[in-house]
Amino acid sequence: MTSRRFNITIVALTLLLVLLMLACLVFGSVDIPFGKIVDIVTGKGSGNKAWDIIILQSRIPMIVTAALAGAALSISGLLLQTTFNNPLAGPSILGVSSGAGLGVAIVILALGGTLGGLWSGNVGSYMAILVGALLGAGVVLAVLIAFSAIVRSNTMLLIIGILVSYLTSSIVQLLNSVATEEGVHNYVAWGFGNFSGVSVAQMPVYAGIIILALIGSALMIKPLNALLLGARYARNLGINVSRTRNILLLITGVLTAVVTAFCGPIGFIGLVVPHIARMSLGTSNHSRLVPATILAGADIALLCAVASVSNPHGIIPINAITPVIGVPIILYIIINRRRIQYFN
Amino acid sequence: MNNDNTVYTTHDLAVGYRNGKTVVTLLQGLNLSLEKGKLVALLGQNGAGKSTLLRALTCDERPISGTIKVNGRSLADMSQKDRSRLIGLVSTERIQAGALTVTELVGLGRQPHTGFLGRLDDEDHEIVRQSMEDAGIIGKANEYMASLSDGERQKAMIARALAQQTPIIILDEPTAFLDVASRIETMRLLQTLAHERGKAVLLSSHDISQSLMLADELWLITTDRQVITGSTDELVASGAMDRLFDNRSIHFNNQILDYSF
Repeated sequence: MTSRRFNITIVALTLLLVLLMLACLVFGSVDIPFGKIVDIVTGKGSGNKAWDIIILQSRIPMIVTAALAGAALSISGLLLQTTFNNPLAGPSILGVSSGAGLGVAIVILALGGTLGGLWSGNVGSYMAILVGALLGAGVVLAVLIAFSAIVRSNTMLLIIGILVSYLTSSIVQLLNSVATEEGVHNYVAWGFGNFSGVSVAQMPVYAGIIILALIGSALMIKPLNALLLGARYARNLGINVSRTRNILLLITGVLTAVVTAFCGPIGFIGLVVPHIARMSLGTSNHSRLVPATILAGADIALLCAVASVSNPHGIIPINAITPVIGVPIILYIIINRRRIQYFN
Repeated sequence: MNNDNTVYTTHDLAVGYRNGKTVVTLLQGLNLSLEKGKLVALLGQNGAGKSTLLRALTCDERPISGTIKVNGRSLADMSQKDRSRLIGLVSTERIQAGALTVTELVGLGRQPHTGFLGRLDDEDHEIVRQSMEDAGIIGKANEYMASLSDGERQKAMIARALAQQTPIIILDEPTAFLDVASRIETMRLLQTLAHERGKAVLLSSHDISQSLMLADELWLITTDRQVITGSTDELVASGAMDRLFDNRSIHFNNQILDYSF
């Protein structure tokens, strides 16, 4: 019974993924006939150089970027929710994204004027941003680990995450006041959230790190399931809890930092998608939850990507779309708390 | 006192808690042992150190001093994995397993025996089924944990510990949140597991009269922080039950196996 529900969900999410990918290929500021798109994708070329470039160097990288970003943020959310035993945890609400963002801000604002264009393909500049994001996310995760040992309350940990976000944004504003105009402009543009920031040349680094970390999360399914029973039971099942927790937070930090560095601080996806996966599967079992979360995350991010290019007057920032999808789902979950099995 | 059936022993064990640099010892000089096939109840008033002792016995907390041995091997020197094959735990910790079915939850008990990805083979599935049957929860095998009553949940958690196939099962207040009927049922189940499956079962409890009726042995934490051990009948006869509580206005009544005032 349960495996049938799993199969149906996976097939549905995969079909949706294909549809959304096609939609992302077709929709955009330039209308390209579908037949020509097929020609370009199959390598025949459309005879129109501009079209070839738009599809191969803009739309396809955007599709891959969005799908991987969605999967990465969603898995981050799932790992945080299980690790902290807190269904409202997520990379943005716990301040991990802001921490990564602060790292990015320091790099862009401090060095932005001198490094040249942010997305110029200059290896030095995006590597510096990536390192900044990793360090920023790492610091926030370390703060969360320290506090989670002191404050046992779930709500308090969320509030600490929100405080961390406030603190980082105030530091960013302080940096803004002393940064170059170009640096501030780059930072503001980055803050809107954008799946078009990964060039073909940067793709191997971006995709490589995310795919490795996603594989890493799939290898943690057994300890993740043990953690559903809390630290004491997990230990009794032979799990080294502190080591497991550190590995899970390392994976989370890497996933969030890479996505934040390249796409900006994207909210809600990490918080909401694990709930979508749990509710559609009707389980907290990570052996089914991890693949469904990866697929559903890719779907939601692509949906945001389609929405962002659907406006004829220009691109809508991703961060203007995610709350529209995320907030109703979170409200639904909070209101129906008593009726949803995994809260009880 | 030790014989061939002894599986679990403590040697000059002291337990307590550490608060920064200060060490507070609650109980010391403990030489305790558990035998196969016996149900042991740990009794004591609130704050006496029942949970602290159990946390040390399950290796969740480092003891202040002393050693614990299972089948002659020191528990502290074992890997987490080895320990998980010797001691099964049932605690009152809040778990987030509402969206797991009973079968899935009991299946988690197989983790010490499964490979890296935790996949269950046919043998594991059979052990899970048998454990649910032994714990009397097989009828709810495909139900969500969230849909169970407190008593049923506790049976599922006991089935999970059974699936772990450990010679020792330690339970921290297994009947704490249960109504009277479920309490009796749970205690009878634990007695059966000890007597018929040969498990060494140790539980802490507030429920004195129940424990006296069903436990083979008692560990009593007295008000002067001694741990008195012995068979239930002996301890009751010796008047040791009166050393369990400070309150002078209550006395243990051997006739009704409970306190009166």
